[in-house]
Amino acid sequence: MLVYAARRILGMVVVLFAMSAVVFAAIHLLPGSVAHMVLGEYATADAVAALELKLGLRDPILVQYWRWLSGVLHGEFGQALSIDQPVARLIGGALERSAVLGGMSLLLVALMGIALGIHSAVHRGSLSDRVLTMMQYTLIAIPEFFWCTVAIIVFAVWLGWLPATGYTPLADAGLLQWLRHLILPVICLSLGLTAHVSRMVRSSMLEAIESRYVLAARAKGVPERLVLLRHALPNAMLPAITVLAIDAGILIGGIVVAETVFSFPGLGSLLMYAIQNHDIPLLQAGMLVVTAVYSLATLVADLASAMLNPRIRLGGAH
Amino acid sequence: MTAVAQKRRRRHVPLILVVGAAIVVCMVLIGLIGPWIAPYDPTMFAVRSRMQPPSGLHWFGTDEFGRDVLSRILAGGYYSLAMGFGATAISLIVGVPLGLMAAFYRGWVDDVIMRIIDLMISLPPILVGLLILAVTSPGLGKTIVAVGLVYVPIMTRLTRSVALSVLAQDFIEAAAARKEKTFYILWREVLPNVWPTIIVETSLRITFAILLGSALSFLGLGPQPPASEWGLMIAESRPFLDRAPWIGLAPGLCLCVLLVAVNFVGEGLRDLLDPRMQGRGHG
Repeated sequence: MLVYAARRILGMVVVLFAMSAVVFAAIHLLPGSVAHMVLGEYATADAVAALELKLGLRDPILVQYWRWLSGVLHGEFGQALSIDQPVARLIGGALERSAVLGGMSLLLVALMGIALGIHSAVHRGSLSDRVLTMMQYTLIAIPEFFWCTVAIIVFAVWLGWLPATGYTPLADAGLLQWLRHLILPVICLSLGLTAHVSRMVRSSMLEAIESRYVLAARAKGVPERLVLLRHALPNAMLPAITVLAIDAGILIGGIVVAETVFSFPGLGSLLMYAIQNHDIPLLQAGMLVVTAVYSLATLVADLASAMLNPRIRLGGAH
Repeated sequence: MTAVAQKRRRRHVPLILVVGAAIVVCMVLIGLIGPWIAPYDPTMFAVRSRMQPPSGLHWFGTDEFGRDVLSRILAGGYYSLAMGFGATAISLIVGVPLGLMAAFYRGWVDDVIMRIIDLMISLPPILVGLLILAVTSPGLGKTIVAVGLVYVPIMTRLTRSVALSVLAQDFIEAAAARKEKTFYILWREVLPNVWPTIIVETSLRITFAILLGSALSFLGLGPQPPASEWGLMIAESRPFLDRAPWIGLAPGLCLCVLLVAVNFVGEGLRDLLDPRMQGRGHG
């Protein structure tokens, strides 16, 4: 287990280094100079030269990369170009707000998905199972931005129950106001993923229910509720954890979209802002942070499923 | 092969496959001939008939410039289809040969390909799109490439794992003993046995390719105005949601119908071809 964990963590570090190089190369090696990207097509030669000097863009690419990387390793992301603020502070605040949004969504997805999946599996073939299955097929395919648009029209414009956009900090406006801004984005982000997770849980739960160890447990007279909770569920959770990790990637995409629609000041909005304003330092740092978060989520899921899986925990397969 | 084929024929065709396929065929037809059957010019401004609610004259109403929403939807349908099918085609064209090569040559070729794939897969899907579209000017072609690249790793891994088990079988050894060329073995012996799995995966992948593509264009990183890509139309409708919700709802509903239908086809094909894969994830 320790060896496995160490290998996975090492792998993650390698991925992050590779990613930093890819992001850097993509931005600096592609046609069109960075200075022109920042200043626009019609910038004067003097302005371009001044900016290139200021940002050190005339140094060899490897020197530039090293300068950026050593900064990042010291927790120093530099200054944003389009706003007069350090990148680290911008990203730190945005990351915190996005983490709340993503964490709440993931929690809702996990709870709803697992509960619905178990229900479907236990009542296989029943009306509610069939209705849920149809809903899963449908919900999986509907984009978050459609839900966001519908949610704003219904709950903000027509009913006027919840604010359409924005965010108020917990400390300033109190719990209720803070929650009111989170409800719509969280629900919009959760619908599709809940469908996905509940499907996974249903099929792995079915597999577990039909397995021999569940048959054996029933045969020795274990009550049905205990059979499901103690014997079937733990084994059915393994694929659920993997799929939650996969969904973390989709959730990140959804968060970028939902934050844009709801004007929620998180990491997704910040990335879009950096792209639109050609703020290179902000963009590089933002992409690196998002990749790090994603790798971390995958790592946690892998370690969790390794811990649940005795074959890996006891050091057999890898 | 024939025994498998017979078994398949006996299984009845799932209803969702029939319904989904019928809707998809209609949507493809609309996508292809849409620009010609549109009742109005989709780019024509009409200041006097701005933001009119749906009526007999304008079935889906008009937008903030007085453009007919139905005509814009008809003219823009092909973008979603192009993104879905184009991106999936790219992921097939790049991913399947890579997977076959990794499985056939093993050794360092396998190592190099799979390490690159590992790296690609450790990026959240939307980030690949954002990265490509951040450094180049957006457009339909680039969105298709970006979405296609996102799904290359999945195709490569799947092809490799299926090809590995096919390559271990006797008829491959027989072909090698006949001194068949590598290309012949991969193309004529391995690929036909890998196809069923790939087809199922592909049909499910199209849904997510359309989803990701329309999300990117929703963010302004796809086809540019005045193109009436549906995701872009929804994005442009946002300032007017309070006064004219139909501008965003109409293309949104069309997009949902298309996506759900495509997904039905994928799920139906999976039930039909490969019931063991029931419930496998996307991502």
